[in-house]
Amino acid sequence: MKRRDFLKNTAVFVAGASVSVSALDFITPKELFAANPQLKWGFLVDTHKCVGCGFCVKACKTENDIPFEANVTRTWVERYVIKKDGDVVMDSPKGARDGFTTKLLDQNHSGMTLVPENEIAQAFFVPKLCNHCTTPACVQVCPVGATYQTADGVVLVDRSWCIGCGYCIMGCPYGVRFFHPVEHVADKCTFCYHRISKGGDTACAQACPFDARQIGNLKDPNDPVAQAVLNQRVGVLRDEYGTKPNVYYIGLNKEVR
Amino acid sequence: MKNHVWRPLFVVIAIVIGILLFRAFYVPADFGSHDQGYTFGYHRLGNEQEWKDYPEKYKGNDYCNECHDDMIEELESAGHSTIPCENCHGAAFDHPDDPEKLSIDRSRELCIRCHAKLTMPSSGRNDIPGIDPAQHNKGEECSECHNPHNPSLEDM
Repeated sequence: MKRRDFLKNTAVFVAGASVSVSALDFITPKELFAANPQLKWGFLVDTHKCVGCGFCVKACKTENDIPFEANVTRTWVERYVIKKDGDVVMDSPKGARDGFTTKLLDQNHSGMTLVPENEIAQAFFVPKLCNHCTTPACVQVCPVGATYQTADGVVLVDRSWCIGCGYCIMGCPYGVRFFHPVEHVADKCTFCYHRISKGGDTACAQACPFDARQIGNLKDPNDPVAQAVLNQRVGVLRDEYGTKPNVYYIGLNKEVR
Repeated sequence: MKNHVWRPLFVVIAIVIGILLFRAFYVPADFGSHDQGYTFGYHRLGNEQEWKDYPEKYKGNDYCNECHDDMIEELESAGHSTIPCENCHGAAFDHPDDPEKLSIDRSRELCIRCHAKLTMPSSGRNDIPGIDPAQHNKGEECSECHNPHNPSLEDM
């Protein structure tokens, strides 16, 4: 064999051998879209309508068997009080499980504070839940494939597969994940997958008397949620992380993080 | 090659075969990358169905309407018609089989979730009639004076 042929064969062999089987299994976005063109779940939160009653938090805890007394919630409501001097005071006592019933703001270890009414510039409630990101950081960091994204865009946790390493809880930029105190696995909002996949509403959206929460199909142009996302001025939380959240907010302030 | 090379090599080969065998039995057949690719969709397909089969607790007003259509009709015109039945009456589960009777939450705490007066500029809370829970008939349940379905005292 000539030296030239030897070098050529070696180069071809190395190039061929370095292509693993998984790399040949390319999935293009077009193929993905074609495989499931009709359904992608999205959520719409109208912060103008939320009054901080916390019925959504209570309903979610009951529906999804999240221990009522434990300080963990799949969804919660935050209260923001923005003062005229620009200071932001925020609280969410027990995730707003019992609603907001006092003007005192719970500042944890520094106690309760009261912002005098004449110092308040803006004050409002912001419901939070898992954003079911299009490129979820939590899924990317899961070493065992326990947390994953379904074809219709919902991010779920496989309870029998989760090893409880906590990477996903650290990886989520929104802090929506927690350890389930009974199941001893990572847990988070599922968009009530058991309800929406049967054509129902999420428990939180159903419990909301003010229609501040809605779930819908982002790929159906006639869906009210898709309509709002297309036609209204909606925002998402922490856009800079590039996770492309699927929970859209109407009336989102820059102070909300 | 000499024995001192082959012997540890056999051990390594045996370990690799052992791991592959363990994997073949332990990893379920439906575990794979599926639709979303390895980055986001690496999972056990059967788990999607497991989540779909999770039992529902809240049934919604339509379910209540199947038997209590008279109540729903009465409510339609009343002040509290936007509040779903189960917010106060509790999740239906498999009512009327289990539980036979739902426990109604008549507590003051339930009402002040919305009706504790909070001045919140740029919030819908201001549109709801509010009281100061520390002043307004302290210690009494709201339902002693107000009809929970239609709480306006003028309508009574």
